[in-house]
Amino acid sequence: MAKDIKEIFDYLAGLYPELDLQLDDAVPCIQVPAASIRDIALQLRDDEELQLDSLMCLSGVDNADGTLGVVYHLHSMQLGHKLTVKVTVPLDDPHVATVEKVWRTADWHEREAYDLVGVIFDGHRDLRRILLPYDWEGYPLRKDYEVPEFYLGMKVPY
Amino acid sequence: MGLLDKQFDDGNIVITSVEGVLNWARLCSLWQMSFGLACCAIEMMAASASHNDIMRFGVLPRPSPRQCDVMIVAGTVTLKMATRLKRLYEQMAEPRYVVSMGSCSNCGGPYWEHGYHVLKGVDRVVPVDVYIPGCPPRPEALLEGWMRLQDKVRDFTLVKEKGEAVGERA
Repeated sequence: MAKDIKEIFDYLAGLYPELDLQLDDAVPCIQVPAASIRDIALQLRDDEELQLDSLMCLSGVDNADGTLGVVYHLHSMQLGHKLTVKVTVPLDDPHVATVEKVWRTADWHEREAYDLVGVIFDGHRDLRRILLPYDWEGYPLRKDYEVPEFYLGMKVPY
Repeated sequence: MGLLDKQFDDGNIVITSVEGVLNWARLCSLWQMSFGLACCAIEMMAASASHNDIMRFGVLPRPSPRQCDVMIVAGTVTLKMATRLKRLYEQMAEPRYVVSMGSCSNCGGPYWEHGYHVLKGVDRVVPVDVYIPGCPPRPEALLEGWMRLQDKVRDFTLVKEKGEAVGERA
């Protein structure tokens, strides 16, 4: 049976009473501690009540307050409900456990988040840049990114 | 009786210079490299399609840079692509020409300020012969640009300009 975000949150909070799960009402999503994301991801996918078997999108975010974020947009093909899960990590130590083995979609999405925002997904089997050249320095979608003057001898600024 | 004394009055003979014939032949068979980088490539393909039919000017898309005379840079040149684009240009046989099609390859286009990954003008890596403005340019604009390129080929000469003395060459 399809659940709304409140029902899913209550269900998850019952499963993980020891974790600091938070329901964000402004943008309906569930905040999850970075260290637990892999366990929770498996639970979300395999639980009979949730069956969130499709990762629609995985995004990397620079929150501009010294933290980076990863946002997981999930959908249940079986039950038809959706869920947004967020993880927040400090900018100077942006490690998040990979969910690449939970949802195959996450493979390239995590590589993109690593490439552009610089979130490091621990346990990813092939974490390298996916869009930018391999010798690129820095993570361009971070707020503090500065465009290099030259790349391989080519002037970059206008 | 010498050849020059003969009257060519049967209408089947045209007298011209070798240079003129070669330039005419080249400008009527400028083969293009078939690759597109962004939405400009759609207009480039439209120029090849039946309405505009750029093939009537002898333009054939070729899959290999070795067989091409012209590279149409149709679209946004990222820095990653720029290294490959330069290599493709170097693989082309001379004489070779570059047509920069659209704002992106002219100057960076809408990415001029915040496009950390975009080359702000393809003329930073290869010499450009014709710039076509537009975002994207219509096929008619590409045809117009092609006419200008043909003008350039038509005037191509190996002879130094008159008035330049031999001793003055640098």
